[in-house]
Amino acid sequence: MNEQHTQTEHHESGHGYGIYILVWLGLLTLTGITVAVAGINLGGLTVATALIIASIKSYLVLTIFMHLRVEQTAFKVFVIVALFFIIVSFVLLFSDYSFIQDSNV
Amino acid sequence: MSIPAPFTNKSEQEVHVHRDDIASRMGMWLFLFTELLLFGGMFFLYSVYRYENKEAFHNAARELDTLIGAFNTAILLTSSLTMALSIAAIQKNKKMLSVVFQMITVALGLGFMINKYFEWSLKISHGLFPKSDVMLSLDHGEIIFFGLYYVMTGLHGLHVLVGMVLISVMTNFTLKNIINRENYVKLESAGLYWHLVDIIWIFLFPLFYLITYSRITDYPASPKRPPRRDGKQASNL
Repeated sequence: MNEQHTQTEHHESGHGYGIYILVWLGLLTLTGITVAVAGINLGGLTVATALIIASIKSYLVLTIFMHLRVEQTAFKVFVIVALFFIIVSFVLLFSDYSFIQDSNV
Repeated sequence: MSIPAPFTNKSEQEVHVHRDDIASRMGMWLFLFTELLLFGGMFFLYSVYRYENKEAFHNAARELDTLIGAFNTAILLTSSLTMALSIAAIQKNKKMLSVVFQMITVALGLGFMINKYFEWSLKISHGLFPKSDVMLSLDHGEIIFFGLYYVMTGLHGLHVLVGMVLISVMTNFTLKNIINRENYVKLESAGLYWHLVDIIWIFLFPLFYLITYSRITDYPASPKRPPRRDGKQASNL
């Protein structure tokens, strides 16, 4: 094999049309569910439910539409690290924020 | 990097042109992470302000039309599908099919922007724009909500426009065979960008249009609040 990393070896394993259409139907269904669920009063779980459904949709887009599923491991590690730091930032933000709130009381 | 001549045969290309498609895609992903930071910062702002102004965010979001939001979500998801299909088509060496899918993607992006235009115009005709008298009469939290709404959906809309231009350039490349079955990494990178824009919308949609659609009883509408400006009855929300 040569040193070039071209798509010739990669596109043989590319997805067919079918899986994309399935994922698209899944995404539309999830959108319908998230709209329907928003009409129900779940109290404090409303935001959590919406975000969980959005995360599932993003997972589908990332793995299938953005080809992460057939991509090399390095790409998956990249994405996981990036998302990890976003989550860390959120946790730190809110722990800091709630601390400021408490100290003001 | 020089552009491979049309129909260059594979072995010739590999000898003369240095290509590393994996590195190209990885570079695109790294760029997408910087986009994640850009929007992430705004989501941080949104979450803290929402936490501080729960009631105001709930009331303000009633102004947004869930139907337009859901319709735009469907448009963008479909455009992501056609983008993915255009890559699948070029992988199968179906050039014209790929071009058609790319053109549908751009058309759907345009549809999204047209909807956005009408949505914003409606808000502006109701006097809901920064520094307007109506806006300044609102609760502080509601002003923040609309500020975030304009900035975040505006920046997202800008990304949709950039994506449309990018994909149009790719369509041109495909027609000129610069993008072909053996070399379609440019199309893939444009696709990655388009899908990221889709993912951002997947989160923007519930956060601005949906979360407050629920019949929440714990936050009664504030008494000083004027009736909905489009005349719709908001009491059932």
